Parts: sequence; C-alpha cells; structure tokens
Amino acid sequence: MPAFDLAVTTRRELNAALHALPANTNETHWHVANPEGAHALAAGVNAPVTIEIDGHAGYYCAGMNQLATVIVNGNVGVGVAENMMSGRVHVKGDASQAAGATAHGGLLVIDGNASARCGISMKGVDIVVKGSIGPMSAFMAQAGNLVVLGDAGEALGDSLYETRIFVRGAVKSLGADCIEKELRPEHEEILTKLLLDAGVEGVSPQEFRRYGSARGLYNFHVDNASAY
Amino acid sequence: MCGIVGLFLKDPALEPDLGRLLADMLVVMTDRGPDSAGFAVYGGGDAGHLKVTVRGPRLDEVEDALAGIARAVRRDTHLVLSFAVSLEEQVRGWLALHRPDLVVTGSGQRIELYKEVGLPRQVADRFALPAMAGTHGIGHTRMATESAVTTDGAHPFSTGRDQCLVHNGSLSNHRSLRRRLEREGLSFVTDNDSEVAAGYISWRLREGDSLTTALEAGLEDLDGFYTFVIGTENGFAVMRDPISCKPAVMAETDRYVAFGSEYRALVGLPGIEQARIFEPEPAHAYVWERN
Repeated sequence: MPAFDLAVTTRRELNAALHALPANTNETHWHVANPEGAHALAAGVNAPVTIEIDGHAGYYCAGMNQLATVIVNGNVGVGVAENMMSGRVHVKGDASQAAGATAHGGLLVIDGNASARCGISMKGVDIVVKGSIGPMSAFMAQAGNLVVLGDAGEALGDSLYETRIFVRGAVKSLGADCIEKELRPEHEEILTKLLLDAGVEGVSPQEFRRYGSARGLYNFHVDNASAY
Repeated sequence: MCGIVGLFLKDPALEPDLGRLLADMLVVMTDRGPDSAGFAVYGGGDAGHLKVTVRGPRLDEVEDALAGIARAVRRDTHLVLSFAVSLEEQVRGWLALHRPDLVVTGSGQRIELYKEVGLPRQVADRFALPAMAGTHGIGHTRMATESAVTTDGAHPFSTGRDQCLVHNGSLSNHRSLRRRLEREGLSFVTDNDSEVAAGYISWRLREGDSLTTALEAGLEDLDGFYTFVIGTENGFAVMRDPISCKPAVMAETDRYVAFGSEYRALVGLPGIEQARIFEPEPAHAYVWERN
C-alpha cells in the first residue's frame, strides 16, 4: 500500500504520483498522512483506486475526481469534489462551502455538516449529507440528487433547474422558483438506493420531503421586460 | 485575497506563547497575502498608563526627546511609548509639533500595533512577534487588490482606544460611510475601505453599543464583502457578511478561541485535534469577552 506522509513529501509529489497511475494499476489503496489542511489533495485523479486521507484537507480536495474513491478522515475546506465526474468521495467530518460544486457524476457523502452553497450548480452528482447544509445550497443546481438528513439553511434551491432535493429536517427558507413537491414512489426508490450507497441505516425514505424547480424561471416572460 | 488570523486566550498559562502562536498562524497565511503583514497584540498595561505605538523614521530622536516622561520600547520601524494618562496631551502635542511625519498605528491601555510591507515571516521577525506575550491578538496578511502596496494600506486598523480590526474583502459604500463618520467627528489616516469599517465600529461603541450590537448595526450599514476579526481591550469578535463571501474557520477549546481564513492556519495550535472546529455563520456576530 503506497503511503505518503505530507510532513515529509510534498503535495505535488503525491498528486503527480496519483496522476501517473494507469487504469490497470495494482497500487489500489493509497494512504495520506499529515494533510494539515493542504489544498487540492488528490485532485484530478483518474484511476479506480482508493485514497485515504488521515486528517483535515483544505480547498478542492478530490476536485475533478474520476473513478477514484477518496476517503477523508477529517474535515474538508471549500469545494470538496468540485466538478467530480465519477467515483466516490466520503468525508467523515464536516465540509466547508461549495461542496460538490458543478459536479457531473459520482457520489459525495458527508458524514457531518456542509456549510453554505452545498451542491451549487451541481450537474448530475449525487450528494448525501448526514448532518445539515448551510444557506444558498443547490443554487442553480441542474441535475442529480441532493439528500440531507438534517436541516437546510436559507434560500434552498434558488433558481433551481432539475436537481431533486430531499430534506429530512427543517428548511429555513426556499429560494426563488424552488417549491416543495410530492414524494412519489419513484423518488422513494432513488432515496432508498442513495441511502444504501451512503451507508445510512434505519432511515426511511418517507421521512424526507422533496423540493424542486417550479420551472417558472425557465423562459423569459415578456411581462417582465420592464424589469430590465 | 487576504489572510486573517486571531487568537483569544482563555487560559493564562498560554499568555507567554501568544506571539509565537500568532506568528505561526500569520506565516501560514503567506499564500493569501505576501505583500505586507500586520498584527496587534494585547499585552501588559494598566489603567493609569497609556501606550501609543508610532511608526516612522528617526525614532531615536523621539525616544531622547520624551525620555523624561515616556518609557519607550523600540521595535524596528515602530516605537511604543508608555506614559501616565495625565501626560497624554503633552506627548501627543510634542509629536504633532515636532514629528508630524510619524503615524500613530494604535493606542490604548494594552494594545501594540505593528505593520510593514514584506513577507509575513519577515514582518513577524522584524518586530520579534514570536517573543511577545499577551491575552489576545489579531493579524493580517495582505494581497493588495485595490490600492498600492504600502505600509499605510496594511492592517490592522485602529480607530479607537484599544480597538483594532482586520478585514478580508472589500466594501462598496466606504466613501459615503466615511463622510457620514467624519460628520460624527471621526478622522481617517488612509483612503482604505477597511479603516472605514474600523471607524464605523469605533463610532458605534462610542455611541454606547456593545460589541455585539455594533456589529449587528454594521450588517445594515456596511455594503460589500467582509470577514472581520476585531479586538478590544477585553474582547474578540468575528463577523461575516450575509452571503459569507470570504472564508473563515474557527477553533475553540477550554484554553482559547482561534480564527483563521483557512484551517491550515490553526494546525499548530495546542490541542487542535480535540478542538471544536466550526465555520462562523453568515451575518452573525460572534463575541468573546474576558471579565
């Protein structure tokens, strides 16, 4: 198992080694010690390997991830898994702002809380937050699912497109064009699968409420012309 | 971009280490602000004496001229003058008459305030920050975006006795706010927007606000992006704008409250592994005060 101690080796050496991995590598389990909040750890990985980070990571951890599983035994800074394409990112602690921003695919699991703008402009990623999310989450979110076991902050789903938002706790307020929608069987199916994938037990899909776009901002209304 | 840090000690046993801990936090934030750096430390002092930090050239001359009435401690380009409160008019009068070129960076019972152009490590070492003791301190590393790289533009800003502020962000209504504050009798040394924010808080405190209500009033009156860290003689406060545009992370233990623009800045603090790590909420005034 390759091990990197960032107290000894540089982050650039770590990332260069990860970027050099071929798809059929036998070095499938990587271990990173002493991250001390460094930025861009395991960003841009494109190989089916597992990278375990022991401690807190800084900004853009596992950004642009493809295929890899990145596990952080700690908190992460701004933009964890931003623009992830596939794979899995699991944060055992809390996440800072813009978790999963613009991500197209894969699964982001956050065991703790995520702060402001979680899932901003998400484009197909699935995000499961076991705690609560901060204000302005899922702003302009386009596709994918955002599942929150705790509460959501102000202006949830402002200017939302087609992302589905599921919240189990309280929602402080909904953003423009975001409304509560009926939780139908097909949504319960999506929830059941995501909860299972995220390792959540003892929580029923019926405990969630679904929010989505009222689709009122999709087209320009001539009646609003005077507003510009 | 800028880096800001702050450390407020609850455990007196850590006071001899304040400067060392703060210096390390400041240096980690070099990536966010390599142009200049500054810091304020709340060290020793008593109610009968005033400490005035001045910055400028030919400080020996000041030391000699005021030798009879003020004790002077020289640190590189700064001089801290300590004297009985009753002599304030005399000292300030001498400075105004003989050395109008000097800048008073801060004054109060306990505050000392230093700032210079250069890498944070160099600035910390020039003023021997690691050896300073105190109860709390705040610091700033600057990456100038809207005005020149000058010592005047470096933070912290002090606009009232034992008060200081560091700011990450930019204010858009600082011109109009400055005029309003000038009508209220405040004066400003620089054209910097952050100095206006400091002046605003000083004005609110002067008008009888608590640190909490002063900051809450600021949510209405300050337009722009900001994360502020503020020091007073016995207090330490943090506030972020309503959309939390600028980063902030805090750590609290039984021994201290610490602020950093990024978690990295907090890594070297004692017992950080057990600390409660959290991000301050937007539009919420966080205040800690010593009794």
